[in-house]
Amino acid sequence: MKYNILVGGAAGQGVDTLSTLLEKLLKRKGFFVHSNKDYMSRVRGGHNFIQIRFGTDPVYSHWPFLDVIIALDKDTVELHKERLKEDGVILCDEAILLEDRRAVGVPMIWAAKKVNNHKASGAAAAGAAVKLFGQSGEEALDIFGEKFERETADSNFRAFMIGYESVGKRFEIDKPGEDRHILINSNEAIALGALAGGVGFFASYPMTPATSIMRQLSKKAKDAGIVVEQVEDEISAINMTLGAAYAGVRSMTATSGGGFSLMVEGLSLQGITEIPMVVVDSQRPGPSTGMATRTEQSDLDFVLTAGHGEFPRMVLAVRNPEDAFYQTTRALNIADRYQILVIVLTDQYLADAANTILPYDFSSITIERGITTEEELKSDGYKRYENTATGISPRIIPGKTEGAVIMADSHEHNEKGSISENEEIRTAMMDKRMRKLEGLLEEIQEPEYFGSDSPELLLIGWGSMYGPLREAAELLLNEGTSVGALVFGDLYPFPGRLLKKYAANAKKLVNVEQNHTGQLGRLIRQETGILMTHSLLKYDGRQMCAHTIYDRIIREVL
Amino acid sequence: MRDKTIYDIHGEISWCPGCGNYNILPALKQALAELGIPPHLAVIVSGIGQAAKTPHYIYANGFNGLHGRAVPPAQGIKIANKDLKVIIHSGDGDSYGEGGNHLIHAIRRNVDITHVVHNNQIYGLTKGQASPTTEKGQKTTMQFDGATSDALKPLTLAIASGCGFVARSFSGDQEHLVSVLKEALNYRGYSLLDILQPCVAFNHINTFKWYKDRVYYLDSDSYDPSDKLEAFRKSLEWGDEGIPIGVLYKEERETYVDRIHYLKEGPSLVDRKWRPEDAEKFMEDFR
Repeated sequence: MKYNILVGGAAGQGVDTLSTLLEKLLKRKGFFVHSNKDYMSRVRGGHNFIQIRFGTDPVYSHWPFLDVIIALDKDTVELHKERLKEDGVILCDEAILLEDRRAVGVPMIWAAKKVNNHKASGAAAAGAAVKLFGQSGEEALDIFGEKFERETADSNFRAFMIGYESVGKRFEIDKPGEDRHILINSNEAIALGALAGGVGFFASYPMTPATSIMRQLSKKAKDAGIVVEQVEDEISAINMTLGAAYAGVRSMTATSGGGFSLMVEGLSLQGITEIPMVVVDSQRPGPSTGMATRTEQSDLDFVLTAGHGEFPRMVLAVRNPEDAFYQTTRALNIADRYQILVIVLTDQYLADAANTILPYDFSSITIERGITTEEELKSDGYKRYENTATGISPRIIPGKTEGAVIMADSHEHNEKGSISENEEIRTAMMDKRMRKLEGLLEEIQEPEYFGSDSPELLLIGWGSMYGPLREAAELLLNEGTSVGALVFGDLYPFPGRLLKKYAANAKKLVNVEQNHTGQLGRLIRQETGILMTHSLLKYDGRQMCAHTIYDRIIREVL
Repeated sequence: MRDKTIYDIHGEISWCPGCGNYNILPALKQALAELGIPPHLAVIVSGIGQAAKTPHYIYANGFNGLHGRAVPPAQGIKIANKDLKVIIHSGDGDSYGEGGNHLIHAIRRNVDITHVVHNNQIYGLTKGQASPTTEKGQKTTMQFDGATSDALKPLTLAIASGCGFVARSFSGDQEHLVSVLKEALNYRGYSLLDILQPCVAFNHINTFKWYKDRVYYLDSDSYDPSDKLEAFRKSLEWGDEGIPIGVLYKEERETYVDRIHYLKEGPSLVDRKWRPEDAEKFMEDFR
């Protein structure tokens, strides 16, 4: 059983604070929670909303039909009432006159005045919402206490209780199990993965929707003893990060498409210097500034070849907050062990979508630096770019081995790192670097699969399409459709085994992507020769939900 | 004092015969030797250009990165390992043109690195185009009717931006080069050393003689490098009125590492001990 709440208002009205409170409270009650944000690129005004879906079963994505609208302004009602169910409830301030019979007035502003805290009106709305579901509200006191000073926490809780007492119970819901979860979004998960993975240096320039990765790391920098530097531009970010990584510190950077564009020459520098590097691209709609606070999956093509010249890389997309943590730690290890660039793709949807998941198992994480020990060094002099069978050369840390120096060179170079234009050396070095891809094939993970053993309809997506596709497949399966959904995390080198297996008997293959040109579909054709029969694409900056996929599959494909 | 031949590297040097760079390279080795910095603790960082080939001609750690981008990795290296001596050797195009933005922010950040600019007022590697320090009106292989932009005054820019060590030297005076280089390397914080250096192939105006006739030494008895306004005035002097060389401005500033308590007091970032389990406490925020 699942319910769906929308919290809406203008920027600056406290939509985020209210929603965070509700999400945390529901989570602590033991419910499964998924929330996603829809906001405008402005600091005040406009219209922002957050959808909170919760229930006693796992929730993987957002849903269009609403049970409750918490409206901090009248626009919220106008914009979303069509999606509100017949028996739904609109919670709004009692002063807002609504003709809608579903409206229930809450003394939000009155409560704020009463407790002498003008920012507490949202707390009253949250109290009312909790009451609608017949839940008690004692967790709210703790949650306020964690966020505010004593006095502010108390006034918020009093406002919460005023809202709580002002309405009656409206919805039935089963008693949830015990709270075993954490509630986290994928950007926070990437940051936590970076911390667990031993990142010591992180340089970045703020860019939505990547900024919260840096913010989360920055918050913990002192405690973790790491350095998080906000630099002058993304060119500096990638080059400074490469410098720190060269000097032996595990380093990483994150940005969105525009900043990634600025980093591209630096990626190529990574290619020839073979300094381990992880770059996160949190995608948003382009071209150019595009839509800063919206979502898209349109950078896949770009990151597959970004950087002049040819060099090995790995590209993976995170699929949810659980995946985001573990994949970040994996990306760091692969970058170090292979001395390559690993690009981690995520997007605005994932950046701002919080999900209840089981706590991460930190004891399962390893830090594999791939640094050559002094014992492993050959006696006949250190060669940073030694031509080995695996293509991976011995890497040592500058300053740590007396008598050994390390040359990182952007030119083509010989085994010692000295500039060379010799044709044999050039060929050998290109082969050496590209040979790493052979080893990488061993690392590649197959996509996740949900559905029938031999589906007639195969849905294929990547990254943030995980939640919507998983749920869409369930909807179709429940109606007896022979369907399966493959959701790719690793994208390059391309893992094709499961795809080939399920595509063999499928009659219809549909790539479901959040872009205009079907970039995964094209990558699949390039890597496997398999052609999609249909494409289900969306590029309006808003994430497809399971219902949209289900609906379009029925109308356009079946 | 070390034997300066430990920094020697055998192999061809691709600078033109007579290039001013040939004087700067031994001065660098001499300064490192006199300061007792062993090759494995020195990192020579550069971008792209003739001067930027310096890391290849000296036995030390090297990072020869992208055009205009010597400053960011140099800072990254020093932040990662505060025990390394990090020295940038790059040209005027690299430092003041393509990399201009990084220069300003490196001054603000004040990471303890030395930035040596081989300033020959022309682009050498790409064969003779105007650089940010080429005089307006000077004809080049690209600016056929003369450069149309005014020349940048890098030292004025540095002083105005708050740089704590601003100096100039001349590749025609080995003793001066070594002495100013040593002072720059000993300075704690970001130090900028602009070295006037003739490009024998492409700059036929600012020749060895042109510089020789114009440079004058800042008198260590009468000139006070802590006087910022005087330093600013000196930095504006150029051309026929004379070109001052020496340390124009010097001021103690907190370095980047000083400003981050745990970096200052603790070990270098590269020596930080960390296990994945140490990060588990950060998950509490999400309970």
